[in-house]
Amino acid sequence: MLYETALSGQTTFFQKLRSLDYILLFCLLILGVVSSLSMYSTEGGEILYHTKSHLIRFLVFFLMMLIFSFVNLKFWHSTSYIFYFIVLCLLIWASLYGVKASGSQRWVDLYFINLQPSELMKIAIIMCFAKFYHRTQIHLVNNFKNLIVPIVVLLVPILLVVSQPDLGTSILIGLSGLVVLWLSGVNAKYFIYSSLVLLISLPFVISFLKPYQKLRILTFFNPDRDPLGAGYQIIQSKIAVGSGGLSGKGFLKGTQSYLDFLPEKHTDFIFTLFSEEHGFIGSVLLLLLYAIIIYRTIKIGAAARSFFGKLFCYGFASSIFIFVTVNMSMVLGLLPIVGSPLPIMSYGGSSMLATMIGFSVVMSTKIYQKQIIA
Amino acid sequence: MISGGSDTSYRKQSVVGRRMFILSAAKLVVFGGIIAQLFSLQINQNKKYLTLSDKNRLREWKLPPIRGDFQDFFGNTIAGNLKVYQLHIIPEQVENFNNLIIRVKDILELDQKTFNKIIKKKNSQKPWETLIVSENLSWDQFVKINFYLHELSGVKPVLSVARSYPYNENYTHLLGYVAQASPNDLTKNEKIRKRHVPGLRVGKIGLERSLENDLIGMNGVQRYEVNAYGKRINQIDHVEGQKGKSIRLTVDTKIQQMCNELLKDKAGSISVMDIFTGDILAMHSSPSFDPNLFLYGISYKDWELIRNNPKKPLINRSITGLYPPGSTIKPIVALSALENNIISPNFKVNCSGKIEMYGQTYNCWKKKGHGVVNLRDALKVSCDTFFYEMSRRLGVDRLNETARKFGLGNKVFNNIFNEEKKGLVPSTEWKKNTLGKGWVLGETLITGIGQGYIQTTPLQLCLMTAQLANGGFKINPKIIVDKRNPTFEQIKSMINKNLEEKIKGPEFDDAMVDLGISTSKENNLYKPLFRNQENIKFVLEAMFASTNEVRGTSYSSRIDNKKYQFAGKTGTSQVKRITEAERELDLDISQIPYEDRDHALYVAFGPYKNPRYAMSIFIEHGGSGGSTAAPIAKKLFKVVIDRHDEREKLNKLETI
Repeated sequence: MLYETALSGQTTFFQKLRSLDYILLFCLLILGVVSSLSMYSTEGGEILYHTKSHLIRFLVFFLMMLIFSFVNLKFWHSTSYIFYFIVLCLLIWASLYGVKASGSQRWVDLYFINLQPSELMKIAIIMCFAKFYHRTQIHLVNNFKNLIVPIVVLLVPILLVVSQPDLGTSILIGLSGLVVLWLSGVNAKYFIYSSLVLLISLPFVISFLKPYQKLRILTFFNPDRDPLGAGYQIIQSKIAVGSGGLSGKGFLKGTQSYLDFLPEKHTDFIFTLFSEEHGFIGSVLLLLLYAIIIYRTIKIGAAARSFFGKLFCYGFASSIFIFVTVNMSMVLGLLPIVGSPLPIMSYGGSSMLATMIGFSVVMSTKIYQKQIIA
Repeated sequence: MISGGSDTSYRKQSVVGRRMFILSAAKLVVFGGIIAQLFSLQINQNKKYLTLSDKNRLREWKLPPIRGDFQDFFGNTIAGNLKVYQLHIIPEQVENFNNLIIRVKDILELDQKTFNKIIKKKNSQKPWETLIVSENLSWDQFVKINFYLHELSGVKPVLSVARSYPYNENYTHLLGYVAQASPNDLTKNEKIRKRHVPGLRVGKIGLERSLENDLIGMNGVQRYEVNAYGKRINQIDHVEGQKGKSIRLTVDTKIQQMCNELLKDKAGSISVMDIFTGDILAMHSSPSFDPNLFLYGISYKDWELIRNNPKKPLINRSITGLYPPGSTIKPIVALSALENNIISPNFKVNCSGKIEMYGQTYNCWKKKGHGVVNLRDALKVSCDTFFYEMSRRLGVDRLNETARKFGLGNKVFNNIFNEEKKGLVPSTEWKKNTLGKGWVLGETLITGIGQGYIQTTPLQLCLMTAQLANGGFKINPKIIVDKRNPTFEQIKSMINKNLEEKIKGPEFDDAMVDLGISTSKENNLYKPLFRNQENIKFVLEAMFASTNEVRGTSYSSRIDNKKYQFAGKTGTSQVKRITEAERELDLDISQIPYEDRDHALYVAFGPYKNPRYAMSIFIEHGGSGGSTAAPIAKKLFKVVIDRHDEREKLNKLETI
């Protein structure tokens, strides 16, 4: 009722429906179809567990996203901090009582779903910062209090995720947060100083890394160091991509994938499988699809009157960009292997949920683009 | 809280807009970088990665090459391949190997010893290597295994081939046998190394070994797609192997079997040769053994039986056995004396049973002596005294020249058999070079009766006889049928032509006849080995007398039927010096220990009117040539001559 009054006389439900960004929705749907087909291919051309649950998740979360799009942007604004705190609590819960799998404790058992709060944190941090800077006047952005608070807000979840241990996700959370800080006008020199500090402290940081993480970094610089061990993933991934050629080996014909040479093909290496089967042309088209999604999101942000909506759209678009490029660079051998899913393409409910929540806020920004939030 | 004034709001918007613009520019650059990397991997290095991906997924399995057959002259397979049922297990692919192998043991009813052997073999190889549980399942076992196959996952009944020698011991020394390739075989023969698969059998000795490169065959190849764990997913490609070359030999199984029969329970050798074409019709060494025993690894018991047999079955006497030729050398000694004009056919010696020379007594085999004998009689009755005197005049070096011309002291085959021995024909130079001592004249005398340093293989004696019997022409002994070789008719006309040239052209130089040492051997083929053919004819006639006239040494073994009539020369060679006391005793053969008994030899050719075949018979410690070896020739000639028509029929058929 509250929102209706705020909008009364301005838009009807039909008008809201019309103001949805259909190009963005269409692109997301295509991505959903492509990801389901890739999942189908990982299972050797059979509809098995992964394909089924991926498709169901996509449809459920996509529908949820559509419904949530009609939620007033004010709601998202008002719940941003609460959302951040809930996710933070879940993270702490995960660290204390989480489900352990393959050496790390990342999941919270919610009975109907195993939730990975660190994935939700990627979105929560953007919402939290968007609200924070929405409420901060521009000339106060760079004062001490307004610098220290976001850093603490960012560092707490990062440290929690690192301790799980999950280096990849914590880096992505950090990058998501930093990009919002950058957009909201934090002085560029702080970024330069802190990168210098990071560079100097890097050897110390590395000394705190787990042996397998160190190995991964060493392997990145020379995959042939240990071709059957740590270098195996990256070598096999490059073979798969490289052997795809211009037009790929064909759908369901990726030998590297169906003969199990490809590691983690459902999750982090889904792009490798796609690239092997659809080649350079397919890969560039997929990249283009992501580019359109990012572009549409930025465009919605540009048209938004509220600073919260604008900053969220810009931040979210940038984080999608970061997730996509980090994942692709990793499987193409441009970055060391750290766990990072490809948004929507990779198998994983929490990641899909977080991405779709992000898009509901984006759609809400679109529908309520003229809304001014006090 | 009210959002900032329109001024701050505007500034905020412009800051975020500006920074977003910078960020977007950076994004484009990064996307460009990713596309560049994709381009580099997928377009520029596509070939490299495609190869790597194929290397990942494709595995080749080499199949054992199928060995070429051996056939006798008539096309009977004398070494072939049998289909055998084998049982393979790849231990890696088996869940519980111990349970499985015990189950297999029960089904096949293996004894504990075999079972232990399998376990030992399994522990010695890598888990992904095929374990051959049984090389040769019986049909019953094969059926039983297939019946239980559903509960024996990981067990594979395989249809394979194995070498088989259908004539068992008949061709053992000629063909040799095959057994598992040893590390030594692999390092020495590149072809074996390249085509090796576990369990591959290669030739170990004989023709199987020397013709390995022709026989071995090409591997078939099965190409499979495998997954990351090495499991075969599906077969991509199957390249049929190529069976090795089948080799046809000049031998006649009927004659070979006859030889085996005739040498039963004896140690010895028989060789039969075509005196024009040089074809070996039979070459057998006795005792022999069954080469099939070696196929699956010979059992300790069988091996001990072969190894400890005092008659030494492992030796191929025909080409590696070196024995003094005894009196079988006499035709050559006589020919040498005639050719060098040392004596005339009328030269006579009075044999009193012994002769004193250089302060030593040289005995004739006949204690009472032969009385006055001429050359023809001396050959016929094999009078040693005559030959002592003649050799003395001839000298060992002239004898050496003639003997070598006719094939003694050289390998008969051109390296067909690795194990073949050269033998030895002594000369003064040889003795000085190898023993460092001067030649003693007395040694010439005993060389003249085929004793002393001289050593020959039975096959050399056969070639010698053949080259005398064909009128004195050099021939090319061979055991492998080759269509490029000249036929009998062609050889005959070549010989006639060469003979005409020899008669017409007195300038034909003796030196042109090679001793067989130089590589130009081919050029001398079918050329005369004599100065005057009359001398050859004289020797042959004397050999005829030795077999077919009363008092001839092999008179009792003669065949009067002209079709089979043959001529020959006996030989009895001493293995040790006989003391005067022993000579006085004149022991019967059965009273002498086996190892001290004389070797019995016989060389012969026939049919006498129109000679075609020569043979040499050697019986180790067989006693006298006349009593032991010559009777064998009598039986054998009947078979050889009877088989002649069959052989000719086939020859005619093939030349058309």
